[in-house]
Amino acid sequence: MVSLQSSAPFSQKTQSIAFRLGLAMLIILVVAVIATILAASRFGQAASDETFDRLLRGAALQIAERVYVSEGEVGVDLPVSAFELLSLAREDRVFYRVIGPEGRNLTGYEDLPLPDERKAGEPTIYATSFKGVPVRAVLMSRQLAERSMRGKVDIIVAQTTAERGALARSITTQAALIIAVAAVVLFFISMFVLQIALRPLTRVEKAILAREANDLSPLDVAAPREVAVLVSAINRFMGRLDQRIEAMQNFVADAAHQIRTPITALRAQAQLALGEKDPQRLERLHRRLYARSVGLGRLADQLLSHALISHRADVATLEAIDLRRVAIEAEREILAIANQPIAVSLPDDEVMVKGDAVSLREAVKNLLSNAVKHGAHPIGVTVTTEAEDRAVILVRDAGRGMAESQRARIGQRFIGDGISPESAGLGLSITASVAQMHQARILCRNGNGFEIGLEMPRVEH
Amino acid sequence: MKRLAPLIAMALAASISEARQFDLPPADGGQVVEELVIESTTDLAVFRPMVEAFQLRNPGLAVTYHELTSNEIAARQEEACMSGEFLADVVISSAVDQQLKLVNDGCAKPLLLAEAERLPDWARWRNELFGFTFEPAVMVYNRAWFREQGAPQSRFELIDLLRSSTYYTGRIGTYDIASSGLGYFFAFQDALQAGTWGRVVESLGRNNAKLYCCTFEILERVADGRLLIGYNVLGSYALDYIEEDDRIGIVLPRDYTLVMARAAFVPRQARSPLAASRFIDFMLSSQGRDILSNDMRLLSPIDGAERLERLTGQKADDLETFRPISMTPALLVGLDEAKREIFMRQWRAALPGPTSRR
Repeated sequence: MVSLQSSAPFSQKTQSIAFRLGLAMLIILVVAVIATILAASRFGQAASDETFDRLLRGAALQIAERVYVSEGEVGVDLPVSAFELLSLAREDRVFYRVIGPEGRNLTGYEDLPLPDERKAGEPTIYATSFKGVPVRAVLMSRQLAERSMRGKVDIIVAQTTAERGALARSITTQAALIIAVAAVVLFFISMFVLQIALRPLTRVEKAILAREANDLSPLDVAAPREVAVLVSAINRFMGRLDQRIEAMQNFVADAAHQIRTPITALRAQAQLALGEKDPQRLERLHRRLYARSVGLGRLADQLLSHALISHRADVATLEAIDLRRVAIEAEREILAIANQPIAVSLPDDEVMVKGDAVSLREAVKNLLSNAVKHGAHPIGVTVTTEAEDRAVILVRDAGRGMAESQRARIGQRFIGDGISPESAGLGLSITASVAQMHQARILCRNGNGFEIGLEMPRVEH
Repeated sequence: MKRLAPLIAMALAASISEARQFDLPPADGGQVVEELVIESTTDLAVFRPMVEAFQLRNPGLAVTYHELTSNEIAARQEEACMSGEFLADVVISSAVDQQLKLVNDGCAKPLLLAEAERLPDWARWRNELFGFTFEPAVMVYNRAWFREQGAPQSRFELIDLLRSSTYYTGRIGTYDIASSGLGYFFAFQDALQAGTWGRVVESLGRNNAKLYCCTFEILERVADGRLLIGYNVLGSYALDYIEEDDRIGIVLPRDYTLVMARAAFVPRQARSPLAASRFIDFMLSSQGRDILSNDMRLLSPIDGAERLERLTGQKADDLETFRPISMTPALLVGLDEAKREIFMRQWRAALPGPTSRR
């Protein structure tokens, strides 16, 4: 008996779904948070720059408005308001420079650097350094068009970057904080949702655990689509398991029945032989004993063969094989035990089918063996192709073949009288199993002799 | 008289006075552990109580005190700032604008001072420049003259008074802004405050106001009646003066009273930056404020307004009367040569005459 519990330790334990999803969620969130923080930092810097650049432009504009021409001289009357505007950036130092039409410094810091290139028609905002500290500067030009003076006056206003840096950092920090908190909240919410989403799995688990060990009936658990797939897979698996167990139970019962009768007969005849004094009768008994034991051996062979085939039907993978090779191998193996010539007729080209070589060989061997036992000489095995896509392997003999009633029962287990040591039933049953496994059809023809075999789909090499 | 020496020095901006240096050994007479060099516009005679109290708290601290004019300090510090030469650990000047320019040019060291947290925003800049006094620009008057009619309490009353009578011609005094840095500073800030400035200057001009380099000269003349009113006089010296001479009265103009704070900073290349920052912190501490207020009449930005009301007995309607001169880069404008020329030109248009000196 197969014990369900015993299979549990063999299952490979991988990380839980909750853990996987949680981890994936965490990674996504971390990546998203990092990306958003980077974006927020850029945004913060841009927003802060825009704010403080406005101060710079405003101050430069106010100074530009106070450039005047008097008695042919350009002068500038620095407005305090411009500097008060700049002082809004409380922590920042302020530098300025006013350059007259001939490039002469009118006032301010004479070494305040100019931009590398200036925009035409609008103020140029640029970053540079002055007195060893980074500054942000604006260059604004004012065209003079007085009667006595033509040319332009350049106004440069620069400011250190402490406050704009602080504002950018503050924006970034706040954004980052909000994002981080949102991510944590999101993470916990998603974990909670995950728990709810995975609840059907727990239900399935409980339903399975609550079962009797030998209850293999389908699970009846309400489950969402994804889990329903799992449940139906489990159900299919349990169905197969159920069938296998049933098949095995039947097989054991049948085999016991099949083997018990010939053994009883064997024992009875052996007992008779023990008490027999007449040499002639003793010899006859010996012959019968021999025949019985050969039959018993064959029966055991077939039983094992059948078990092998049923097993292979479940586990073997179908491969492209040459049917001619199956015929040759089966003939060679039968020849070893039957000691009868068997004609093998094969086409020149290979005949490829998708199948399990062992099962097919076993089936052909059984058919050949049946022909040897029950049929008439000559016996042959033929491989042919039919139409474009069918392959046929046939065992033929010159005997009468099977009765109609017998033929109808092909595929059922243990046809034949069951007691006769020469029973062919199990052999046909094996053939039927192999046919089923290969989606093949059993051909059975009574005409000029008897032909039995398999017709199956061909495959391209 | 001796206490007013720094003012005279400060006012004589153009002339280069000889730097006076004082060495103050540690209070306990023991070994010198630490040395602190102070450059200041304030006379040591005034400042000594502060230095000595600090030395008492810091055994083994030797102090070197340089008395200099504000222009000397500005010029020396600017050069030292560029060359990296060491001149002083603490720089103190009443020329707030010049101090601010030095800080703006990156000459100061940022400090973390516990007491500075209590300073109002106007009296500090960038953790580098710290205002530690509270000195109003006041009107002074001859008490005997105004015994009956009462002295003008605001600029409006002053303007009205000067219009009403020709008696004040030649009997009103203020700073000559060409020779007094402080006078220029107050006048420039005055001009920014309100529309009254134009009328005040016009009234002063029409009444042929006398111009002086120094606070003491104005106080002296108001006391003996040669002048009846002094305009925009440094309140801390006036307060000190009336302790010994009650012929003078002080008015905190009710429309607004300018207030300035002497400023201190620690240069970047200071050798004892820790002692220096401790010293500034000490000046802002409650003990330092008591010394500033009681011994020097310089008061403190932290509690100056309340103390000033107690000292003058004049209740300011509310604290908004005080217009502290904020330590911001806006002070740079007054230092701008082009701006200064324009301002001087406007001033001279109203008050042409050369300074009247005895």
